[in-house]
Formats: sequence, structure tokens, C-alpha cells
Amino acid sequence: MKAVHIVTGTAVPLDRTDVDTDQIIPSDWLKRVERTGFEKGLFSEWRDDRDFVLNQEQYAGANILIGGLNFGTGSSREHAVWAIQQYGFDAVISPRFADIFRNNCTKNGLVPVTVDADFNAALMTAVRQDPDLEITIDVAQLTVEAPAAGLETTFPLDASTQERFLEGLDDIGLTLRLTADIDDYETHRRPWLPATGPR
Amino acid sequence: MAPKTLSEKIWDRHLVTAGIEGASDLLYIDLHLIHEVTSPQAFDGLRISGRRVRRPDLTVATEDHNVPTENIDQPIADEVSRKQIETLRANAAEFGVTNYPMGHPKQGVVHVIGPEQGLTQPGMTIVCGDSHTATHGAFGSIAFGIGTSEVEHVLATQTLPQSKPGTMAITVDGELPEGSSAKDVILAIIGRIGTGGGIGKIIEYRGDVIRNLSMEGRMTVCNMSIEGGAKAGLIAPDETTFAYLEGREHSPTGADWDGAVADWLTLPTDPGAEFDEEVVLDGADIPAHVSWGTNPAQVMPLHDVIPSPDSFDDPGLRDTAARALEYMGLTANTPMRDVAVDTVFIGSCTNSRIEDLRAAAAVAEGRHVKDGMRTLVVPGSAQVKAQAEAEGLPEIFRAAGFDWREPGCSMCLAMNPDKLQPGERAASTSNRNFEGRQGRGGRTHLVSPAVAAATAIAGTFATPADLD
Repeated sequence: MKAVHIVTGTAVPLDRTDVDTDQIIPSDWLKRVERTGFEKGLFSEWRDDRDFVLNQEQYAGANILIGGLNFGTGSSREHAVWAIQQYGFDAVISPRFADIFRNNCTKNGLVPVTVDADFNAALMTAVRQDPDLEITIDVAQLTVEAPAAGLETTFPLDASTQERFLEGLDDIGLTLRLTADIDDYETHRRPWLPATGPR
Repeated sequence: MAPKTLSEKIWDRHLVTAGIEGASDLLYIDLHLIHEVTSPQAFDGLRISGRRVRRPDLTVATEDHNVPTENIDQPIADEVSRKQIETLRANAAEFGVTNYPMGHPKQGVVHVIGPEQGLTQPGMTIVCGDSHTATHGAFGSIAFGIGTSEVEHVLATQTLPQSKPGTMAITVDGELPEGSSAKDVILAIIGRIGTGGGIGKIIEYRGDVIRNLSMEGRMTVCNMSIEGGAKAGLIAPDETTFAYLEGREHSPTGADWDGAVADWLTLPTDPGAEFDEEVVLDGADIPAHVSWGTNPAQVMPLHDVIPSPDSFDDPGLRDTAARALEYMGLTANTPMRDVAVDTVFIGSCTNSRIEDLRAAAAVAEGRHVKDGMRTLVVPGSAQVKAQAEAEGLPEIFRAAGFDWREPGCSMCLAMNPDKLQPGERAASTSNRNFEGRQGRGGRTHLVSPAVAAATAIAGTFATPADLD
């Protein structure tokens, strides 16, 4: 994964709660075996509505997506994160993310920015008033700010995940450094635990 | 030693390394279930990095999301679906993973085949690139859904870095009213806690109502933990669990069985252990439920009227309700019993096990579906299908006008030929009523198998008692 230090840009305000991953990328797109080419599927059913926020010209070129409460609920499909990234977003802001979606973000370098509901609402209003409002997300400082609107807050990211963002580390490579511990763990697993096929 | 909850005990047993100073724990994974949709890019990742599958013997694959539920002796007509299935077969062969392909006597929905083969046992950690993995928590295991990057991680290392989740106890006391089922219990729970209520937590379901459920019922409850946002959901193992497991293909035998049972009996939450959050429901307050909106917390008792957006104090919930009613084509304050459906789906990892099919068949027997009603009854696995056939259930369904199909995910998620058309309205025993979930423009109402069968017969939402 590519290292991410700072995300700066404008935002799209998607003012809906419970945006589930079936809306982010409908299941028809999940039949593909590739990891790229999902940008066209992003919110594809909602995008048929000309007034949908992603279709509004004033938000063209934005690289930050602001969602409502419970963003990314539902299916575990990582395709949702791929679609958001491949469309051009580098970060998503929400008062609350679904667990699997949030995990998937951190595996791909899409910054999940959890902020309190009041800040989220204020930021959405500010972006609606000024679609060119510049927002900066700093992964090292764990801050998000929009100075022109007088908005600034912090967001949480556990130390391991923050380090992986900043260093662009490969998760699997990190775990493989612990192979001796895994080997050791396997010597004392309970003997009746099920297994199939060849070892 | 400090008292611990069931989920904390299982978590601690699986620590390869404990995270310190905010770092993640590294958790060993006992069983990794695979299907065709969320695995191809993970196997590609392994190939690119020159990595192997660390434990193919702890990895089991099956084909479920894309498979058609009729004419399965023919090649899959949809080229993209066919390619995805063929990719899984090739990956399983290349990496030495057992796969149960379409038509195989052990094939089925991934969350149905694990338990029925005895691969799901108490105290385990189980993952799958599928959010309904919590189903396996019914046996007292920590089971959760993961994304494709994590699938690759587990394939390569048999472990996952994870932050320890919080704990939540949901207790359902008392007894259910006549005609209520496990599905109604979990719909009522999600209605209570909301779609985000369980985020960051593992739910332990407790209380007499839960204890009195069969394993099939417990799987239905745990299955929809994700609809309440939870990382996982589980139920302490007990005699019901052991009776279900004994004699299954991968269950322990002989001295191992005795050792396993003795070990499993140490798993339940210790007296005095504390949960981060506790919710209590009274079973007597849980009649047959049905969803009215486009998220699984938008549920109501079937006997009630469709709520008005104005009845929600929170402006966010009010907007969401108004949008949902518009999408669903429903008018506030209409009795749900007056709402007509054109499609009934009985199946999915939530409700496609033998007990679900028996419940639906008991309602269908001696009756007939409403003229013009499209009905699909889809067993969760080839083994469930064989059992149903041995019990004569397909004959009952067919005589009542229901369409009896081959196992698969079917109409739960519109990745195979079984879909809703725009504007069609389904009573569905599946788990998600999201916009377009069962087909673009389709309208989904989540219900229990008995309500689904009764609704197919009545033509409008109905409980079995309404048919008399």
C-alpha cells in the first residue's frame, strides 16, 4: 500500500445515514475477478439520478467524501473501498463507520476519518456553502481541518494502523516477521480441532 | 483470576502475540471459509508475492453466491459469473484448498455447510470474506466477516491483526408468543439497537428465549449480528450444541469428544463478568415481525401499521424513513396486512436450514399459493436438500404451488439469475432489505419462514394464524 501522510482537497457532502455497501457498489459488479475498474460502479444506481450529489458540477474533482452516520454497513465487499478510491477519493469522513468497511479502508490506504456528529454536520454545511472549501487531513497529527470555515478536530487511528499509513507498510509482510510465533502457537492447538484436506 | 466473558475467553485463547501500546493483537484463525466472490483478488495477491496458503487444511471453499438454482447440470449462462466460479476452482486446485463445487453433495451456502459438516465447533475463531460469518457464533465461537485483503492475509499467515472488540450482552428473557421464531427475535433486536448499535462489539445473546432455541434458530439469530453492526455474535455452547455436533463428519470422536466437551463447558461467561453494554428484551413482546424500510433496523410487528416518518424524533431517522417509504412505495399508517406481495423467497444463510424448510412446509401443506405469486424455496445446501427430500418436503411445496430449487444464495443478493424486477415486492427470509439488494428497483421485506409461507398463500403479509 502507498504511504499516506496528508490528504488535502475539496469534499462531496453525501448527507445520508446508513449508506450500505450494496449502494456503494451494487452486487452485479462483484462478479468481476479483477481489482481495478470499479469507479464506474460507485453508487451506480444513485448516480442515475441527475441530482445525486456526485453528479453535481460544483463538487467535481473532490477527493474527500463526507458521509452520514453508519457509513459502509452491510456486506464485507472490499470492492466498495476499491470503487471509492478508484473514483478519486483519498479519505472518507463520517461520525461512525461499519467495522468491516473501516478495516477494508485501512488495508488500501483510504483514510477513514471518524469525527463527532456535530463536527460532521458543520463540515457538511460548510462544504455546501463553499464547495471549494479546502480540507486537510493529517494522518501523522490525526487532525482534520478546514481553516476557511474555522473548523478543526482530531480523529482516532490505532498506533499500528497509523504506522502502516505513514510508512505504506504491507500488512502481510509485517505478520510474516512473526512466523516463529505462529509456528509456536500451532504446536499447542487443541488436538480435536477440525481440518480438511492435506496439510 | 478476573471473571471473563465467553468472547474474551475465546479471544485470549487465540492470541499469537498480544498487541502492546495501541498495537493490534495477532489472532490465530482456526477455520477460513472461502467463496468465489471475495477470494479471486486475494489469490492473485498471493501469486504476485510468491506466497503459498499456509494451512490449506484449515481452509474450505464452496460455490454459492453466483450459482443458478435450476439446470445446474448446464454451464452457467452468465459469462462473468462462470468466470468467477472457474477462477475459484483453478485457485483451489493451484493452492491445494478443498472446494465443494456446484452439484457436489457437500456444496451449499458457506454458512450452512460449515456447521452441518461439524467444521464449526465451540471456542473456535472462524473467518470468511462474507459479513454473515457471525452465523457460526451460534456454536460459541468468534466468527466474523472480513474483506479481501484480510482473506489474503489469512491465506498467507492463518492469522489476522485485530483490535480487541468491546462486549455487549443482549438478553431475551421469558417466552416467545405462539408463532414467533428466531427470525422475529433478531429482527426485534436490530430494531431496538439500530444498524450501528453493535459496531466495535461482539454480542453475546443470552436468556431463556435464546437457550430454548434449536441450533438452527441460534444460527438465524447470530447470522444477523452484522445487521446490528456487530463485529460478531455468539451464544454459549450447551447440551443443545453438543447434541447437534455429536456424530458429524468433522466432530471429535472417542476420547477427543470427551475432552472437547469438557473444554467447551469451560467457555461460558463467568459469573460476575462484566459487559461494556447490556440490553434486555422480553420475549413476550416479540410477535411476528416484518421490515418496512430499506435498512434492517426499520422493522415492525406484522399486526401493526406502517410508521409515519413524523413518528421519529431524530431528524436523521426521519429523513431516512421518508426516503425508505418512497423507495418501498408504501404509505404511512397502512396496516402491513393490507400490503400485497408478488414474490416470496424462502432461503439464504439466515433461513435455509432444515428446520426453516419444515416450518414453511407446515404452513404450505394442504394449501395453495395465491394466483400469480412467484415463489422460490431454496435449500441452503445439498445436504439440506437431501434431508428435505427424505422427509417429503419438496412434494408438499410443489403441491402448494411453490418452486423447489437447487442450493445456493439465490435471491438474497441478485448475483445469480434469481432476482426481483424493478417495483416487485418480496417477502423474503433473507437478511438485507437494502435498496436494490434483491435486484435493481426491487422491494424487500424481511420475514420468518412461516410468515413467508403464509404470505405466499394469502397474497398479503400474513402469519400462519391468519390463514385459519
